[in-house]
Amino acid sequence: MARTEILTGNYAVAYGAKLSRVQVISAYPITPQTSIVEKLDEFVESGELDARYVRVESEHSAMAACIGAAATGARAFTATSSHGLMYMSELVWWAGLGKFPLVMAVVCRALAPPWSIWSEHNDVLAHRDSGWIIFFAEDNQEVLDLIIQSYRICEDERVLQPVMVALDAFILSHTSTPVSIPEQSDVDGYLPPPGSRRKPFILDIENPLTHGNLTYPEYFMEFRYEIEKSMNSARRVIVEAGRRYGEITGRYYDSLVEDYRCSDADVVLVNVGSSSGDAKEAVDLLRDEGYRVGLLKLRAIRPFPFEDLRRICDGKRYIGVFDRNYSFGYGGILHCEVSSALSGIKVPVQGFVGGLGGRDVTVDNYVNIFKTLIDMADRGVEPKPPLWVGLREVV
Amino acid sequence: MSIPIRSLTLNEYLLPGNAACPGCPATMGLRMLGKALEGKYVLVIPACCSTIIEGPYPKSSYGVPVLNIAFAASPSAAAGVKAGFEVLGKRDVHVVVWAGDGGTADIGMASLSGAAERNDDIIYVCYDNEAYMNTGIQRSSATPYAAWTTTTITGKGEHKKNLPMIMAAHGIPYVATASVAYPLDFVAKVRRAASIRGMRYIHLHCPCPTGWRFPSDKTVEVGRLAVQTGLWPLYEIDHGIFKLSDICKPLLDKRNRKPIEEYIKIQGRFSRVSKEQLAELERYVESLWNEIALMIEKSKTSGAAG
Repeated sequence: MARTEILTGNYAVAYGAKLSRVQVISAYPITPQTSIVEKLDEFVESGELDARYVRVESEHSAMAACIGAAATGARAFTATSSHGLMYMSELVWWAGLGKFPLVMAVVCRALAPPWSIWSEHNDVLAHRDSGWIIFFAEDNQEVLDLIIQSYRICEDERVLQPVMVALDAFILSHTSTPVSIPEQSDVDGYLPPPGSRRKPFILDIENPLTHGNLTYPEYFMEFRYEIEKSMNSARRVIVEAGRRYGEITGRYYDSLVEDYRCSDADVVLVNVGSSSGDAKEAVDLLRDEGYRVGLLKLRAIRPFPFEDLRRICDGKRYIGVFDRNYSFGYGGILHCEVSSALSGIKVPVQGFVGGLGGRDVTVDNYVNIFKTLIDMADRGVEPKPPLWVGLREVV
Repeated sequence: MSIPIRSLTLNEYLLPGNAACPGCPATMGLRMLGKALEGKYVLVIPACCSTIIEGPYPKSSYGVPVLNIAFAASPSAAAGVKAGFEVLGKRDVHVVVWAGDGGTADIGMASLSGAAERNDDIIYVCYDNEAYMNTGIQRSSATPYAAWTTTTITGKGEHKKNLPMIMAAHGIPYVATASVAYPLDFVAKVRRAASIRGMRYIHLHCPCPTGWRFPSDKTVEVGRLAVQTGLWPLYEIDHGIFKLSDICKPLLDKRNRKPIEEYIKIQGRFSRVSKEQLAELERYVESLWNEIALMIEKSKTSGAAG
């Protein structure tokens, strides 16, 4: 029987990694990820988890060690945040472009200056082209569930790409909620045996292969196309893994998106991460008032859920996109991606930006966003440049 | 310490048809490494000449598995490989980092120091050609004083970073210097390293015909002169005990060292060395050997043979 414990998002990550029987952990502490690596260290030192813990001197080395471990076929795990992810960046790309299946939790935190330890999504989204599968979690339960599913996904022979599980700083990482923890035996039956992977590349002196050597233009594009094929396969594998996970836990994740009351909605807001819960509450409040609104939560950013997005948004009167990130000189990154994915469908898309550096995003904010969208729809107004939500007047 | 050449395997782990320059010292070192470990190793290679020497996909000139990795990352990647092997029960495979001086003394220094502090169970070989040769001869912190490179066109103003001693200061079980000009000494040191667990560091001097501007048939000659003039002393620091290699024992007496001019006159990179710079190089050699004499003394007083 699964048991329920009160866990922070960070401990949910650690329990997810432990249940996945990770074999090599390498990490460097950074706020607000630190309690993940502390908890895992505790698991390893107490003997609860049979893993090697490589206590490196930087995030750059943490990812290098995970790549090295993954190259032997071992199951590797790391976690980081913000500046740690940026310092690690070179090796993040090496892992993605080299097809090293491993899992990393990223506690999303704003980049400096000015220093901030609170949530923002630019750290993760700066790596959206690095060949990683990228999930955003809404709550601590989803955090734990996604870590476990990620190993099934990344080690699937149709995929073999690394996976990032993003969770919002403090809002999830340090907030305790009840989390159902599955039985170890159920997870053992769900995941392949750790260390059993032979593809895409295993360091084996009986069968020497060279990984990552110089490649001339005549072959290079095929390496890249392999990653694209993996990403395309991942769409199906993610759904299969989520469905099978539902069979062992009762919690089904059978789509790359979560459709919350969108089917008969006139206006749909696209969102990711922890604030989706507040957005759902706003949907319920407005529904009670007779407004037909819905929330479309993107669980996966890579691979991007084109088909779900187009199917759900087609025929709506207005689409909004809420971004907890910003691409300066352009707008919200997801707004840009959603608009592009909806090209050919005649639906206006309005961008909203908020929650940067941990600025509170409230149910009221979402009510106002929905009302703005409804108003724009009613007046037949074309989308404007991104609207900044909760911005103080600059003094 | 030396070993008979007949004891070496006839197997080759650096294959013919590789992409090295003529006279390349790294390929000499790679051959010897393979013979020393008889193929029971994997290579972790950061950006360096050996990235090119292995040849382009889909071919490879290395007869062992290779993980190519980003410039600054090879020690930690190797630590990860070793950790992976351990959890999978593969304990008989050596994990060898094969990195140039740039990837070791400069950009890779932090991760190298980290691996040394953790005493990761890897063999790290820095093949030192004393500049960034892969990008076309730019200075590194291992470039010697007064040497020309494309970024020190009037000669480098600083001395070479003393990396073996920095590594020894970490207190790791084994540190050695070697030269491709003395292959059996190098093989013996690799074998000694292979018999120990923990972090092992070998600094291999590699005269580079392309970057040092000497004819490609002179690699061994130049390498020997580096040792014979006292500029590149060969030694081991085995569990803290300093041992001067037999080849170098006579050089403790400065009268047995060849004049530095003999070493620098056959290399284009030193063609503009002034009298003052030469005097500074001589002073440098003197201080190097004074330190060695002190370390031998210290090892003797600590109860072990020097």
